[in-house]
Amino acid sequence: MTRMDESLGPSGAAGGSRAWRATLLTLGIFAAVAPAFLLESFQLFQLTMAVIMALAVLGLNIVTGYNGQISLGHGAFFAVGAYVTAILMSHFDWSFWATLPVAALVCAAVGYGVGFPALRLGGLYLALTTFSLAVAVPQILKHKALEDWTGGVQGLFLVKPDPPFGLAVTPDQWMYLSVVAVAALCFWGTWNLVHSRIGRALMAIRDNPTAAQAMGMDISALKTKTFAASAMVTGIAGALSAVAIEFVAPDSFTFGVSITLFVGMVVGGVASILGSLFGGLFVLFVPNIAEAISKAAPGVIYGVILILFLFLLPGGFAGLLRQIAARLTRRRP
Amino acid sequence: MNGLAHQIVAGIATGGIYAAVALAIVMIYQATHHVNFAQGEMATLSTFIAWSMINAGMPYWVAFFATVAVSFAIGVAIERLLMRPVQNAPELTHVGVFIGLLLIIGNATGWIFGYTTKSFPSPFHSDKPLAGGLISAHELGSTVVTLAVLLLVWAFFRFTRLGLAMRAAAYNPRSARLVGIRVGWMLALGWGLAAAIGAVAGMMVAPIVFLDPTMMLGILLYAFAGALLGGIDNPMGAVIGGFVVGVLENLAGAYVVGTELKLTVALAIIIGVLVVRPSGLFGRVVYSRV
Amino acid sequence: MTTSRRTLILTTGALLAAPRLAAAQETPGVTATEIRIGSTNALSGPASTYSVITKCLTAMFQRLNDQGGVGGRKIAFIAYDDAYQPPRTLEQTRRLVEQDKVAFLFNQLGTPTNSAIHRYVNQRKVPHLFLATGADKWANPKEYPWTIGWQPSYRTEAQIYAKYILEQKPNAKIGLLYQNDDFGKDYLHGMKDVLGARFDAMVKTATNEATDPTIDSQIVSLQAAGCDTLVCGIIPRFAAQAIRKVHDLGWKPMMFMTNVSVSAGAVMQPAGPEKGVGLITSDYRKDQSDPAWANDPGMAEWRAFMAKYIADGDLSDNNYTYGYGAGSTMIQVLRQCGNDFSRENVMKQATNIAPMDIATLLPGVQVQTQPGNYNVIRQMQLQRWDGKSWVRFGKVIEGANT
Repeated sequence: MTRMDESLGPSGAAGGSRAWRATLLTLGIFAAVAPAFLLESFQLFQLTMAVIMALAVLGLNIVTGYNGQISLGHGAFFAVGAYVTAILMSHFDWSFWATLPVAALVCAAVGYGVGFPALRLGGLYLALTTFSLAVAVPQILKHKALEDWTGGVQGLFLVKPDPPFGLAVTPDQWMYLSVVAVAALCFWGTWNLVHSRIGRALMAIRDNPTAAQAMGMDISALKTKTFAASAMVTGIAGALSAVAIEFVAPDSFTFGVSITLFVGMVVGGVASILGSLFGGLFVLFVPNIAEAISKAAPGVIYGVILILFLFLLPGGFAGLLRQIAARLTRRRP
Repeated sequence: MNGLAHQIVAGIATGGIYAAVALAIVMIYQATHHVNFAQGEMATLSTFIAWSMINAGMPYWVAFFATVAVSFAIGVAIERLLMRPVQNAPELTHVGVFIGLLLIIGNATGWIFGYTTKSFPSPFHSDKPLAGGLISAHELGSTVVTLAVLLLVWAFFRFTRLGLAMRAAAYNPRSARLVGIRVGWMLALGWGLAAAIGAVAGMMVAPIVFLDPTMMLGILLYAFAGALLGGIDNPMGAVIGGFVVGVLENLAGAYVVGTELKLTVALAIIIGVLVVRPSGLFGRVVYSRV
Repeated sequence: MTTSRRTLILTTGALLAAPRLAAAQETPGVTATEIRIGSTNALSGPASTYSVITKCLTAMFQRLNDQGGVGGRKIAFIAYDDAYQPPRTLEQTRRLVEQDKVAFLFNQLGTPTNSAIHRYVNQRKVPHLFLATGADKWANPKEYPWTIGWQPSYRTEAQIYAKYILEQKPNAKIGLLYQNDDFGKDYLHGMKDVLGARFDAMVKTATNEATDPTIDSQIVSLQAAGCDTLVCGIIPRFAAQAIRKVHDLGWKPMMFMTNVSVSAGAVMQPAGPEKGVGLITSDYRKDQSDPAWANDPGMAEWRAFMAKYIADGDLSDNNYTYGYGAGSTMIQVLRQCGNDFSRENVMKQATNIAPMDIATLLPGVQVQTQPGNYNVIRQMQLQRWDGKSWVRFGKVIEGANT
């Protein structure tokens, strides 16, 4: 898988031969598919959710990590993606796969609409607007005008797709494989985006907006498009989550989801594709660990971890790995 | 049309709450150019501290001023311990620390004091209802307190050397340092003041909405709307913005969009201000430095 | 309700598609010495005031084990935190069912949270017993035979208020203030059930959100609309606000408050006990602060249990009397099972409880189930706040009878 490349750092991957890359890719595919047949159904479900959260964190990382525009409301796009899929599946009997592109487009459009006014101004205003959006989303989802579609407070039920062509896998296994396939595609696409000219432009805007503008970049247009792309990826994750959980309701998309994604991004690694994967694993498994440490206030543990990472490991898990890798390669004769 | 008058008066009463919190937000913004997302949680914690003191038998006003002092100290401590080390880090780190504080303070408050609704006493009493019961003595009193705090803040920045130094430190830290202002301490002072104002806001809000660890989340959103509407760098504007949002929210809720969308009204105000007039009604126009 | 019909079809389809799940184990969660029972609750976060229910149930199973258990087996009660988030509830429930392999699920908290697992447990045919939520939808044996609630539903409660209003004030102008969620909407549905076509003419509604700072505006609107009766389906914080605001406005409607929000400590004291005089609610439990129960054998049993097993518990918290009632019902079902703790038999016994009295429930209020009727508690009694405590009046009223 392509994401393995980055863990080796630029020196490792760039120098690798074609055969080496093919081997890595094969190994990666094996590593991604194997859990479907090794894990028990519950653990597989957890892993499925972790991959979905990783994808959502990746979406946030595109705009906040790579482009430096702080969003505290990506839970809103997660919700929109989930609802688009749920509505199409339960009201119009669409197949799950057909809903994905629609969910992606709708989220991109909503992202564009929200980003357009806020992004013209400083990062602070975007943070404020998205924060407010995240708080207001459950209320909007519940509203009377949308109730016929959204099911109001009761939410909507849907069903996991059955494995096609009589494949001998359970729906849980099929769900996992589908999620991994979609996520791999999005990760691959993001990797290409980040390593393209546009990606370098995004980082230039983050690191030195003035210089970027002086070089003739249309900053606000690029920022808004980035925000739309970011909302799209997180929205796809939302769509996958709706099917994996088979239920959407306004109470599933509170402000907490946005905070969770933000924490996942910081802990996994800001502006790191591999880091998003760690972030997904973190947000899914750490609440259980936090619960084990302190039953009374897992939220406190969560906040402490966030601040500790900001202070001690600003690059997150991915940054830590990069440091270790750099040290190892340096010592090599 | 009696209903309309009622809605407006009720809106002004609620607006007083938003105005007080908006004022605290603007304070931190003025001192540090950051928006503190943990402002609501900090104010709630302060209110719980006051509640504990009053429950322990302390007279109201003693507890009031003790809480303001303690909150000031907490604000300064947070700046020194948490914000100082990341002073030169990117904006993202600051927002991250604010979110971390929000999680820690919010959950710790719930853990220590529990989530059961508690009553919080008001220092303002009246035997007969005011304005036909539309506004309680407390709502009137707390509005007066908010205005008094505003006046103090304005006078502090306008007439004291310290206030001037703080403004200089926020506006242009490098030049301020050159003229001998201890910029670091000015930032800490700004945090302390904001925490103290937040504490006052919390103690004025709690008798109205009742005290529980989540009482501020919704309020914070309206306060953001108020602060943006008034201009995020203008204390007076923030207070006026707070009152306007309170009235608008009630009118829109009662006559236009229905009560299910009141929060969305706040969101619409935020987006509307950003589209039409990003500097707010009373703020300075923002130029990005090149 | 086209949605629910579609749900039914989908459910049936999924049931047919997953036959291999059911036959895997004969009696999951049951060994020669142990019966494993799973639950979820909001052990952290804003809804964690309800976590004492789990504390109470854990202590009750401890007491049962101390007394020798059931059918020669001890109970292992496993409760996980879902922080009141539906996706977490599904995750924790799957952990309980698939990893911990519990025999069945008991008293999970919350309406949205239980909704998220409603279909999962019915597909897997895991008994989903005596839920800690008053939503109306749990009593649906045809579509969801494996799920059963416990307390009288909010909808039943609203029906009782509406009937009483029609009896006392046939021409009432009713203001209905409800929270815009599952919980609040049941009050809307219950009022509509009774008022029918007259609903639109008689009732003016207003809603609030859990995140609203105050509900003053809503109260002002309802008063301005000329209402002389007020029914509230709102959570405790807003209940206290409503009671105070109505009093301060000098408005004197006949006022009803959901029995979720009538705790003397968490609502009436903060609002000001004198401001709530005349407020009407209903209950199916004995109010532990009511001197009438000072020498009641049932409450004595409850107090002895609290003293021995939860010495640090707050005796004024009525979640403990709730938990004691639900726990007693569960233990009755376990005893009825004899030596067969298979999921089929547990469900069979849970839906065949002969009318029985429970220590912490009002006289005349009984727990009972039939295979065709999953409403476990069907009676309630109205009560009025006299400034110090709740005073019951009238007869025990039967609500849901379908």
